[in-house]
Amino acid sequence: MKISRPFKVLISMGMLVGLSFNASAHRAWIVPSSTNLSGDAPWVTFDAAVSNSLFVPEHVPLRVKGLMVKDPNGNLVDVENAHTGKYRTTFDLNLVTEGTYKIGYASGGLRASWKDKEGNRKRWPGRGQTANDADFATAVPKNADELQVSQSYRTLETFVTAGEPSNKVFKPTNSGLELVPVTHPNDLFVGETAKFQFLFQGKPAVGVKLAFVKGNTRYRNEQNQIDLVTDKKGYVNVTWPEAGMYLLEAEFEDDLAQAPATKRTASYGATFSVLPE
Amino acid sequence: MKFKTFLGLPLVYCLVFGGFSYAADNSLSVEVEIPRMNVAEYHKPYVAVWLEDSNRKATQVALWYDLDMKDNEGKKWLKDIRQWWRRVGRKSEQPFDGLTSATKGPGKHTLSIDLDAKHLASIPSGDYQLRIEASREVGGKEVINIPFSWPPKASDYPISAKGSSELGRVSIQLN
Repeated sequence: MKISRPFKVLISMGMLVGLSFNASAHRAWIVPSSTNLSGDAPWVTFDAAVSNSLFVPEHVPLRVKGLMVKDPNGNLVDVENAHTGKYRTTFDLNLVTEGTYKIGYASGGLRASWKDKEGNRKRWPGRGQTANDADFATAVPKNADELQVSQSYRTLETFVTAGEPSNKVFKPTNSGLELVPVTHPNDLFVGETAKFQFLFQGKPAVGVKLAFVKGNTRYRNEQNQIDLVTDKKGYVNVTWPEAGMYLLEAEFEDDLAQAPATKRTASYGATFSVLPE
Repeated sequence: MKFKTFLGLPLVYCLVFGGFSYAADNSLSVEVEIPRMNVAEYHKPYVAVWLEDSNRKATQVALWYDLDMKDNEGKKWLKDIRQWWRRVGRKSEQPFDGLTSATKGPGKHTLSIDLDAKHLASIPSGDYQLRIEASREVGGKEVINIPFSWPPKASDYPISAKGSSELGRVSIQLN
């Protein structure tokens, strides 16, 4: 499998971040300054980072490479004023078309872990490294102890809307774990129940583990994480207890991988703005 | 004297139970009070008024916003009239064209709902709310919801309600 260069960067980011439901894990996020906008061709600015505390940039920035923006017609458009600092990347987007934009990263590739002869845990690609599936055979010892190889998919995104929310950007690509809205992600209000469907490789993803955490974790003692699982058609309902910006982290895996992988793993992350009544 | 029907009610009925002298106008007048704020930086609020049925279907009544700014800059803040934006404002067709005016300062302002207007005549009967939402730059937001039945029943009027922060007294008369 050939993986484009921007994707490789994300794969490495995936390695760096890992994905865990442990409350203290590093979490990747993209937070827009506004999610629902009015007026002529409004602007939105974004922060993109990996951190423990939501949504405080205090660990590493996400990279600009591999960032993709789909406009309401489904066309790829560019961000402006991108800058990567010590702790976060920032960029701006001009919403020249009415409707919903999707902003994020999607990547995939093989990854492996094993123990070498000295008993040390090895990974490929290494932490912070990029890798190409074509190098798998030379980089990973086939008969190593505890060798685990997975076909991994990673998606991280957010949504902003100028005017009326639209649905074209949610057309499934049938790659990785994807969110298909029943409730539009830019139409969320406190006390209401939102319904989403998850697909993996274009098919309803059953038993996806989801964790929602509201931002401003710095100013409270509990994470107040909402844990949910998709039903047998891939649907999940979430009732928003409070207004605020939420991060969703979702994980899915099965054993329908093709050799040399023995399992398929997918992660999905997204930010959702829930407005007060 | 000519008997004029008024949303299915004879005029006499209105006169007897409503006690209005302007029944022939066939309108609702809505008086909205914008309170005086003791703040360092005051901007007149954006205000929207609409009718809403139990399925959140809305019919626009009025919008006061900063329509004189250059490059339509004033529209940038329409989204902050949050409930109205969700139900009416963000729709790609703009049903509030022709129902807009400039923002208004502290005091009592009256707007008139013409019950014979075409877009109102087609509203099904039932339970509605008249919703009045105010959003002030560097200030707060408030929504007042006034339940009423459609078509308006003379015996229900006048109706009044009171806001607690961004809106003062609201009173509705059937004329």
